[in-house]
Amino acid sequence: MGKKMHIQMTVNGKAEEFLAEPRELLIYTLRERLNITGPHIGCETSHCGACTVTLNGKSVKACTVFVAQADGSEITTIEGLGTPDALHPLQVAFKEHHGLQCGYCTPGMITRATKLLEENPNPTEEEIRFGMAGNICRCTGYQNIVKSIKAAAAEMNAAKEAAE
Amino acid sequence: MAKDELNTFKLVGTRPDRPDGLDKVTGRARYGADFSLPGMLHAAVVRSPHAHAKIVKIDASKALALDGVKAVVTRADLPTGLTGDEWDLQENTLAGEKALYDGHAVAAVAATSKLLAEEAARLIEVEYEVLPHVIHVDDAMAEGAPVIREGAADPTVPEGLHPNVVKYMEFGRGDVEAGFAEADLVMEKSYKTEATHQGYIEPHACVGQMGSDNKGEMWVCTQGQWFIRKMSAAVLGIEASQLRVTPSEIGGGFGGKTTIFMEPLSLALSKKAGGRPVKIVMTRSEVLRATGPTASASMDVKIGMKTDGTITGARAEFRMQGGAFPGAPVDMALYCAFAGYKLENVQHIGYDVLANRPKCAAYRAPGSPMGAFAVESLVDEMCRELKLDPIEVRIKNGVQTGDRASYGPKFGSIGLKEVLEAVKDHPNLQAELGPNQGRGFAVGYWFNHNGETSVSMAIGEDGTAQVSVGTPDIGGSRASVSLMVAETLGIPYEDVRVNVVETGALGVNEPTHGSRATFATGKAAVEATQGAIKEMCRRAAAEWGIDEEAVEWADGAAQPAGPNAGKFPPMTIKEIAAKMGSTGGPISGHHESVPDGVGASFGAHVVDLEVDPETGRVTILRYLVVQDAGRAIHPSYVEGQYQGGAVQGIGWALNEEYVYDDKGRLANSVFLDYRVPVASDLPMIDTVIVEVPNPGHPFGVRGVGETGITPPLPAIANAIHDAVGVRMTHLPINPPKLLAALKAK
Repeated sequence: MGKKMHIQMTVNGKAEEFLAEPRELLIYTLRERLNITGPHIGCETSHCGACTVTLNGKSVKACTVFVAQADGSEITTIEGLGTPDALHPLQVAFKEHHGLQCGYCTPGMITRATKLLEENPNPTEEEIRFGMAGNICRCTGYQNIVKSIKAAAAEMNAAKEAAE
Repeated sequence: MAKDELNTFKLVGTRPDRPDGLDKVTGRARYGADFSLPGMLHAAVVRSPHAHAKIVKIDASKALALDGVKAVVTRADLPTGLTGDEWDLQENTLAGEKALYDGHAVAAVAATSKLLAEEAARLIEVEYEVLPHVIHVDDAMAEGAPVIREGAADPTVPEGLHPNVVKYMEFGRGDVEAGFAEADLVMEKSYKTEATHQGYIEPHACVGQMGSDNKGEMWVCTQGQWFIRKMSAAVLGIEASQLRVTPSEIGGGFGGKTTIFMEPLSLALSKKAGGRPVKIVMTRSEVLRATGPTASASMDVKIGMKTDGTITGARAEFRMQGGAFPGAPVDMALYCAFAGYKLENVQHIGYDVLANRPKCAAYRAPGSPMGAFAVESLVDEMCRELKLDPIEVRIKNGVQTGDRASYGPKFGSIGLKEVLEAVKDHPNLQAELGPNQGRGFAVGYWFNHNGETSVSMAIGEDGTAQVSVGTPDIGGSRASVSLMVAETLGIPYEDVRVNVVETGALGVNEPTHGSRATFATGKAAVEATQGAIKEMCRRAAAEWGIDEEAVEWADGAAQPAGPNAGKFPPMTIKEIAAKMGSTGGPISGHHESVPDGVGASFGAHVVDLEVDPETGRVTILRYLVVQDAGRAIHPSYVEGQYQGGAVQGIGWALNEEYVYDDKGRLANSVFLDYRVPVASDLPMIDTVIVEVPNPGHPFGVRGVGETGITPPLPAIANAIHDAVGVRMTHLPINPPKLLAALKAK
């Protein structure tokens, strides 16, 4: 067992502080230490994207980030995007456009899609497909995931226009 | 009849949000690994690094000396004397005298943390004597191949075959040689497919707890809690009813979660650790190495055809390895192989063969995709040779309702012809193709399945309905069962809640497999609901003082059945429910059966693709799935099954395969090189739902989950031939393989 390190981070707006071995993986920190179980583990090698979270404004695969690397960071998981009563437009879209079947990849998909739409608020189908290529879904064939992201983008752009 | 004329339902055929949707988009849904208990231990499994090895000695003393290590389990801790399938399950759970494949579990250890358990697993010393191994099916049957298990063959196997051949089958009808003699063209070819994995994104996970009294509980991601119960109880020598199994939300299964792998180990470790709960979560590498991939296949097909396209004779000989245990789905592959063709002369021969690989499990229409690859590739080749339209040839030879299937029974209502006509009408067939682009077509089949089914439903005090089902929701069955129950009761969709319940709450249910949930659980749920409706009518009759036969149920209320019954205002479900405590007690309905009336499902796919002649890479341009659903209860989820199945088939055709090194070790045990399709690999998948209602189901359901994985394998091979003129007979058709074929042309 290695020497423990003092870690501070903000997760979904809440300050967290604890001692952890530096080799602890961020996904374990979230799931086992902080009981944030929305991000899932599918592969431990950063290929499936079920563990995708936003770390300091970037999409990362939490299964291949050491907690030491996340010290001082700001993290958003699916739990921080919206609540059942105030869903993020992407959460609404995935629900209404059937952008999921088993739902295991969904938290990572939606979390990744929030960044995709920040990077590119009006993506084409091809841009969505390449922008989401790091997140595997084995159930849907991606069809309704692409449709959900398109629908959310339209919704978010319309809301932005209405606000301007 | 057009769908709109048929469909007079209020809810069936609509597309509401799934009841589990909100939990899944907010991260609240609880999967296998999300469950924890106070005092819980974590386990790790020691696995064989050898494909085939004698286990000489296991020494766990160093692991047990670590502070925080609470229990180690080896085969010596499991009961002896099991036979048949139960012995196979036990042997696969923990190796006995020999490790039979790379990744075969040899020991398991429980400790106070996951990291500690992993460290302890590394300290368990296993001494192996490495034995010669065999990986490929044709090698495993050949003279001199290492014998994986003496005496494993069943009595069907003729004398003189290698002991690795554990089952042999031969069936058919007519005179196949006479059929070939009648033909104008006879072709015979050999095909191979490699093993693939279901690739569900959620690795297997469970928490098990069992005391010294052999009373246990388990929380587990599974397609079938009763199967887990029965199999775990058998492996551990405990009574099934003493084990209570609760299924979690399931992160994909596709057939791979219908059996046990490490689940009994959590109970065995718990018992040894004084009853503390033990959690086991597999890694992706463990999932690929040591769960249940598909069989791999080596197949010979011979077909005779007249110049007008009539098939006069057909013969298939399939050899499959399903790992180190009997059970390759060679029977299913043969049943499905010619299922779409009306044949007088047909012969099937099959071999189930052992090899040093993990014990295969079901994967979406098990066996059907391999057989279809061989048969539909050869039919396509013969159509080209005779300059015949491949769709017309399928229509000409296609089976219809009442025809005798190639594998024996007579078909009930089926919709192959309707599917083929819908394909012909689709605009995708008019799309222009450019250089190196091609179009491929193929048909696929799955029987669909009924299975033991038990459902309970109960009316709540407020007039809503709860339905307890035993089939985990893997493709939207909570939505489809809610729709059917709400339709039957005449209440809103939102007023029905379907719960997938634990083994203590219902009679035995088979897993969600065989495309059976919406058919069998749906049918049972409707029957159970009708029982509750009958009781509600009885309550109304008693209150009105009329005969219960004079009451009928319509629009969510009991009503007098006609003018002679008397004049009473409708008594709504809410009114009846509000006073049920004083009118006779709770109102519920139950149904237990193996529902009859299964309806088989045919599908046909058309793919347009482009081959890059410089790299051998294939890009899918357009993809069409047409399939008979019987009735689409929730059309979006039917389309979802078609799309998901097609994409898994595309992966199987182009990329996915188990690659073994020369020592028999799996060389690609992560998603980097076991590469499943990602979003950028694919176009939109166009779907057409054909509805030829199944008369065996109250709403006409057939079951739609499985057929869709079958046609992509041959359709893609056929399209590649159309594009670049090479006939690929060995899947997957990955870039190096296709490039080599192009160079050899």
